[in-house]
Amino acid sequence: MTNFLQQCFNGLVSGSFYGLLALGLAVIFGMLGVVNFAHGAFYMLGAFGAYVLLTEAGINFWLALVLVPVALALLGTLVERFGVRWLTGLDPLYNFLLTFGITLVLQDLVKREYGVASQPYPRPDALKGTVDLGLFEYPTYQVFAFAVSVGLCLAVWLLLTRTRIGLIVRAATERPELTGALGVDVRRWVTPVFAFGVALAGLAGVLAAPMRAVNPLMGADMVIAVFAVVVIGGLGSIFGSVLAGYAVGLLQALGQLYVPELAQILTFVLMAVVLLWRPSGLFGREEARA
Amino acid sequence: MRKTAVLVAGALLLSGCVGGPPKAGGKVSGDKIVLGVLNDQSGIYADLSGKNSVEAVRMAVEDFKAKYGAKAVTRNIEVVTADHQNKSDVAGSKAQELYDRNGADVILDVPQSASALAVAKVAKDKKKLYFNITAATTELTGKQCNRYTFHYAYDTYMLANGTGTAVTRQGAKNWYVVYPDYAFGQDMQKSFTTAVEKAGGKVGVKDPTPFPNDNFSTFLLKAQNMDPRPDVLGTMQAGGDLVNLVKQYNEFGLRDKGIKLSVGLMFLTDIHSLGPDAFAGTTFTDAWYWNFDARNREFADRFLKRTDTRPTFAHAANYSAALQYLEAAQRAGTDASDDVVKTLEGHSFEDVFARGGKVRAEDHRVIHDAYLAEVKPKSAVTEAWDYERILRTIPAAEAFRPVNESGCTFS
Repeated sequence: MTNFLQQCFNGLVSGSFYGLLALGLAVIFGMLGVVNFAHGAFYMLGAFGAYVLLTEAGINFWLALVLVPVALALLGTLVERFGVRWLTGLDPLYNFLLTFGITLVLQDLVKREYGVASQPYPRPDALKGTVDLGLFEYPTYQVFAFAVSVGLCLAVWLLLTRTRIGLIVRAATERPELTGALGVDVRRWVTPVFAFGVALAGLAGVLAAPMRAVNPLMGADMVIAVFAVVVIGGLGSIFGSVLAGYAVGLLQALGQLYVPELAQILTFVLMAVVLLWRPSGLFGREEARA
Repeated sequence: MRKTAVLVAGALLLSGCVGGPPKAGGKVSGDKIVLGVLNDQSGIYADLSGKNSVEAVRMAVEDFKAKYGAKAVTRNIEVVTADHQNKSDVAGSKAQELYDRNGADVILDVPQSASALAVAKVAKDKKKLYFNITAATTELTGKQCNRYTFHYAYDTYMLANGTGTAVTRQGAKNWYVVYPDYAFGQDMQKSFTTAVEKAGGKVGVKDPTPFPNDNFSTFLLKAQNMDPRPDVLGTMQAGGDLVNLVKQYNEFGLRDKGIKLSVGLMFLTDIHSLGPDAFAGTTFTDAWYWNFDARNREFADRFLKRTDTRPTFAHAANYSAALQYLEAAQRAGTDASDDVVKTLEGHSFEDVFARGGKVRAEDHRVIHDAYLAEVKPKSAVTEAWDYERILRTIPAAEAFRPVNESGCTFS
């Protein structure tokens, strides 16, 4: 029983990363109608950002946790202003090409500079060792990553449901034209939302650095699963995407435990089943956005 | 009088070193030998082999020219290179291109087993030489062997035989093996199971893992909750997955819980990426180590000057294979494939990479000493890249799969 609970917790830790990434993807898609294929590359940049700050400037994990998302928000702003914005209203394929292209460029730039081998990143001293969770011991760092992820997801949820900004963003997501007609400048919110989504990916990257391999391909490996997560949760549904993130993490952990041979495809089986049963995802709206 | 004696003695010595003139001159096609290096130059194997392997091959060409001077079978030696992107179809077509368009006499390196086997087929069809260095599959010298293909540095049998046997004999009888669920991982798992059982241990549980995978917690937790608890966790992961697994192995503190870590395939670059402390005490099999003795070190110093990094065993093996190919062409006095193959088969040699080296005529496995190595803790590391302690030299004759088990018939 303890073993089972431990494995469930494992899955939730994995899911924390899916959740954070899916959250960013979902807000971006909701507001802009753009599937950001560069999300994995931004996650990778987040991890590398932490690594570079530590090795070049001696800046520790805690500061990186703040600085890197800010830097990525700036990068996101640039990408939105000078790239994504120009393609609104065109076939979604153009934005797919743009963001996918950005992925390739970022990956190769990092490869050029740091090679393909993984870079070392130590755990912060305060989070070394294990912590007693009552039923079992668990590595402190992973508990921390889980807590940060849950905290952030809750904060974003509160922001969206309890504040005026959230109200505008939600309204703009649902009916951009109508919101505009009510006198809200929808376009003003597009850039900040995009930047925010990118910053979340960067934050997930910093969180991943101490426990995962930091290399140029880490995002590419991750993003496939995250797209499956977003499809399961329902494109554009913020709540659904986050929930699906944790659910997929859980499914993978239990899959690896009980049917290791099938663990790899379980996520995609779930995706296929969900698509057959509810084509717009578990929490997606019935109508698809153009 | 004395002066003349010294001169004569010197001349004799020199001629002894040089090994006399080639048997026949002018038989080199196009009066040029072309060495083709086909490998991964931007993907996961780019650091452990990649462009620096091309540099190692260039070093071999320079050394060969310096050694033979005007007596070389040809002074006109070219190194060409291509990136196969770890895709077997690309590898196959690039190999054809290298042989046909670039006039390559031999192809070197080719990491990734599926690509390696694709190139072996091309070599067989074109009747051109092929030295595989960075791929692990024993198929190259097994059922899919051919007259023109040689397997140079290592293979799954050698890794499993070295590590599995040694770690089991050290007292870790009960193994838990995790392996990535694709050809290399499955091969390694089988080889390890065989080696462990032969040494009197057992593989209690073996689990395939998704590939690629960034969370191994499930398997690590499973290991610590097993009854009886395994003595050692054998991981067949490579590259980024290996780094993920080891980071998490340390986080869960399995070493303190009495579960040792044993790694199937590890390159110097892997230790470098996590730092030695993450792997400290891990036993593994290495084909070559740069700081093993003065001779290796001298090569590593030259390599460092040109590339800014220390050589992995793949780099050294590329150097050695290029050199041995050129030496064989020198002995044969030609670059005609069949003649070169003939002088290679059964040939015994010794160079900076291959100690006790021999090209087995029966299956074209190039055998040489292998090394059982242990990762040093950071406190014992005295200079950059100096991560390994060599525990034992595994003599060439024991290190590789016996000929009678290979199943190679050259048909």
